[in-house]
Amino acid sequence: MTEIITANRPDAEADPPPIRLIATLALAGLISGVAIVGIFEATFETIAVNKARELRAAVFKVLPGVSQMQELTYADEQLVPVTEGMSSENSIYAGYDKELNFVGYAIPGEGPGFQDTIKLLYGYIPADRKVMGMEVLESRETPGLGDKIYKDDVFVGSFRDLPIDPIIEVVKKGRGGKDNQVDAITGATISSRAVVRIINENNAKWLDNLPSPGSEPGLRVETNEVVHD
Amino acid sequence: MIESENQDYNELIKGIWRDNPVFVQVLGMCPMLAVTNSAINAIAMGMATLFVLVGSSFLVATFKKWIPKQIRISCFIIIIATFVTVADYTLLALIPTVHKELGAFIPLIVANCMILGRQEAFASKNTVRLAVMDALGMSAGFVFALFTLGAVREILGSGSLFGVDLFGGAFEPWIIMILPPGGFLTLGLILFFFNWVTHRREIFLERVAEAERSGS
Amino acid sequence: MQELFWIFISSLLINNFVLTYFLGICPFLGVSNSLETSFRLGLATTFVMLVTALCAWVLNTYLLIYAPYLRLISFIVVIASTVQFIEMLIKKMSPTLFRALGIFLPLITTNCAILGLAIFSTNRGYGFLEGITYALGAGFGFTIAMVLLAGLREESELSEVPALIEGTAMNLIIAGILSMAFMGFAGLFSST
Repeated sequence: MTEIITANRPDAEADPPPIRLIATLALAGLISGVAIVGIFEATFETIAVNKARELRAAVFKVLPGVSQMQELTYADEQLVPVTEGMSSENSIYAGYDKELNFVGYAIPGEGPGFQDTIKLLYGYIPADRKVMGMEVLESRETPGLGDKIYKDDVFVGSFRDLPIDPIIEVVKKGRGGKDNQVDAITGATISSRAVVRIINENNAKWLDNLPSPGSEPGLRVETNEVVHD
Repeated sequence: MIESENQDYNELIKGIWRDNPVFVQVLGMCPMLAVTNSAINAIAMGMATLFVLVGSSFLVATFKKWIPKQIRISCFIIIIATFVTVADYTLLALIPTVHKELGAFIPLIVANCMILGRQEAFASKNTVRLAVMDALGMSAGFVFALFTLGAVREILGSGSLFGVDLFGGAFEPWIIMILPPGGFLTLGLILFFFNWVTHRREIFLERVAEAERSGS
Repeated sequence: MQELFWIFISSLLINNFVLTYFLGICPFLGVSNSLETSFRLGLATTFVMLVTALCAWVLNTYLLIYAPYLRLISFIVVIASTVQFIEMLIKKMSPTLFRALGIFLPLITTNCAILGLAIFSTNRGYGFLEGITYALGAGFGFTIAMVLLAGLREESELSEVPALIEGTAMNLIIAGILSMAFMGFAGLFSST
């Protein structure tokens, strides 16, 4: 390529012919492409491992007692494990205990909060029809107020053992008392409501279509998500 | 030899105070305001910028003879974008927690006018050695500015520095400082302070000159 | 539909590009000294943002699913060249429109709000309609911020400002107060 460049360059000071401009840009693009692909290949594995570990930690947090998990999605109206090449856009996670018995689902959800979209994951036990835990994955709620939806232990703790029937409700602190009610955080009522609304919306979306308790898909060992915690 | 070392030193030092890219030239503000809500984020962003600026200045100064004038800007941008992508992936692999905080603002280093500005104004016209010195100095100035802003905002807004609580609960943090308005206000006040210092210095130098005149 | 509305209002007011993400600060502080210019620059930016959203969608759907690592470099190259091409097109087709918007176009392409729009909407996984809505919201949001600041600056020209704080320092503080005012929009959507 350098030969072409020099051959078309009679004088360095004159305007270089277009071929030289294109060749230089192409060369720059080529080198840059090689560098980018190189760094991508070099970091790909670490990044994938980090992401998988983060997700697994979140699933294990919202489903106590779970030590293994797999991703499930609907294909032909059936809940099946996600295999490679499948779109994982609309999926939930199933958690299993040490004896490979099914425990519950971890369902991701998102929706508008006070400032921006809140993304969260919550654990659901179909046998008891109860939410077992909630973990906020991403949010930009106001520091000191709205961020209590993941920093306030009492609020996060109120999503443990929470019956979902008929619907989860948010009440002002001390006004509730029923099992399906969650106390709103003082000063962050809107963020508290947003979390509960996201859970209710996803319950409505998923629960009717889940297989009846007892017939959940078993753990596919080939998915290789098996890591003991 | 002494001369050239002196020049190295000059190129290195000018970016930190006299030509500070943020406080004096007011460049590269969009990444810097958004991520300076804590000192650690500010430093991470500063380091990523340092890597990109030094790397691109080195390459641009090395290859300046082969880059035709007409397409120099495109070439600079390709070089910068490559370094930014490298920084992005490296950070994501090595410190994912910091990457999550900085998020979309790492790719935006490309649009930091300070970096392109240094290539156009300095690296493409000087030796490799001077270009690297200049890039190091400018990045040091940038890191210094980011850190100042991040530290002020974190101390006032969270009552802590590097996540370590400073006041033991005796101070009610001004949450507004770690929110977006705090970024604008803090930078505005720091620029005001810089203007004030420069102004005082001018007055001082004038007085010295006057005293010398009347003395002699 | 409701989701599109949330995207629009969120990028227009609650998460205004300039006042909460600090994107596009350079033109925000540099050009906003007259209402008329600010308004036109805002409209031109909105236009470029729409083009950007379109480019980003095409790239995301057809190229970047195979090669995600080319994201940044392809965004920059494709967006810059598309805008330049459109600029030439407008110049030929409608000189009036070119006089109104065209002179700003090269300036806008280097604006970090443009790249920010492409990257943010990719990170959020927006599809075609969502991307266009996001671009409209962000563009109009940028226009609002520009016009508001320009109005306040025109006003401040008539008052006596201490020399030390004049210029960028004061504009930043005005922007800070505007940003504080815009915080009032947070919670618009979840209050029901």
